[in-house]
Amino acid sequence: MARSNKPILWLPFAGGGLVAALITPVLILITGILVPLGILHLRYETLAAFAHNPIGKLILFGVVALPAWHAAHRLRMTAHDLGLGGGFAVKAACYGTAGLVILVAAVALVAI
Amino acid sequence: MSRRPYIRKVERSWWLQHPRYVHYMIRELTSLFVGLYCALLAVGLLRLSQGSAAWDGFVANLSSPLGISFQLLCLVFATYHSVTWFALTPKAMPLQVKDEPVPGIVIVGAHYVAWAAVSAVVLIGAGM
Amino acid sequence: MSEVIMLEVLRYHPETDSEPYFQPYTVPYQDDWVVLDALNHIKEHLDATLSYRWSCHMAVCGSCGMTINGEPKLSCHTFLRDYRGGVIRVEPLDHFPIERDLVIVMDSFMDKLGSVKPWLIPREDKPLAAGEHLQSPGELDTFHQYTQCINCLLCYAACPQVGLNEDFVGPAALALAHRYNLDSRDGGKDARAETVASNEGIWECTFVGACSEVCPKQVDPAAAIQQTKISASVDWLKDLLTPRGHR
Repeated sequence: MARSNKPILWLPFAGGGLVAALITPVLILITGILVPLGILHLRYETLAAFAHNPIGKLILFGVVALPAWHAAHRLRMTAHDLGLGGGFAVKAACYGTAGLVILVAAVALVAI
Repeated sequence: MSRRPYIRKVERSWWLQHPRYVHYMIRELTSLFVGLYCALLAVGLLRLSQGSAAWDGFVANLSSPLGISFQLLCLVFATYHSVTWFALTPKAMPLQVKDEPVPGIVIVGAHYVAWAAVSAVVLIGAGM
Repeated sequence: MSEVIMLEVLRYHPETDSEPYFQPYTVPYQDDWVVLDALNHIKEHLDATLSYRWSCHMAVCGSCGMTINGEPKLSCHTFLRDYRGGVIRVEPLDHFPIERDLVIVMDSFMDKLGSVKPWLIPREDKPLAAGEHLQSPGELDTFHQYTQCINCLLCYAACPQVGLNEDFVGPAALALAHRYNLDSRDGGKDARAETVASNEGIWECTFVGACSEVCPKQVDPAAAIQQTKISASVDWLKDLLTPRGHR
């Protein structure tokens, strides 16, 4: 038994859990209810301007990347609970998918 | 005397045997919907980077029946994540002020206040 | 004819049985009886071959842990009146090999307990002449709840991760490590981290929380483990960002 390097996975998981808890519901409220109902409008110019700003980029990246990582780590542990094992395939599927989501977000934000 | 300890196998359905574990599974499954919504957001950012036409298309898809039902499902699970996450926080981070433990309900309450404040800020920001 | 209640008790004889089976018994019902009283009645009057552990009969020794109608409980702390009119199914605690009848093999737990170094490791060698380690009531308060563990193993029986990985150090052992890590007289967090902060230690836990729910002493091992995850992560970051000279 040796000290594990799990914190490298767990710290972003914990941060992502908090970000998801505090911010994700209101985002879904906006994109899933208020925008379809026409109560709020997410105009391209406004959002692009926000995303153009470095702080805006950081915020947008944070609310996508951290909860995505949280989900990946949690689903990896849940896969183990469900008897799907803890092998490379499970880890690759979970962290790989999150990695892809994070990469897409990063590339998009850099391009804006 | 001969010893032959009997080892009971753990069934794959262990979590269905007791309500406590079913609730745990549902709690963990909230992260699936949080993750799927993040994927949706990432696609949104991609469309944003591709110009106003692509972005308008993305917003239109958000408002489609499939888009709305998917997001409503995500909202239910994301809210359950928030509720369960806040409830567990006092256990993970007990606070002591001047030798007196801060009651768990105060820590939980502070998170709900933060939740409301953050939500208000985001809504006001999105309204502009 | 006075009231009775039915028990179904798991039997296993390693000499003759290939598998455990359930044996029914009818015992007198009494309002103030606990399941342990029913078992003692069986042993004294119905079937002297039944094997089970018990001692204090007052929920402090931790000996009589069993699975009662699917729930890990102390048999001395489980009243017949809560099962009146039904059948009480008594089995050994989950996640441990069955030695005989209701007796489990708990060697793995004893090893795990020892592996977290559950004793005071002072920060520096203090000669006897220097006197006692002083501790204020407030300092005691911070870790007092974690001293209450009676090693009854209900938490191990309830924990799904113990069930899925027999190497998981487990709730009680990790709660005990936390008791010492929080003790103001102790400086042994690093020494314990080899076990506590390993993959089979705190990191196997997914905060199901069943352990804390079933604990008869309100130790709250789940809280102990989550707090240790944070402290271990902080230590990990410190190690990463600063040279490892002092450890």
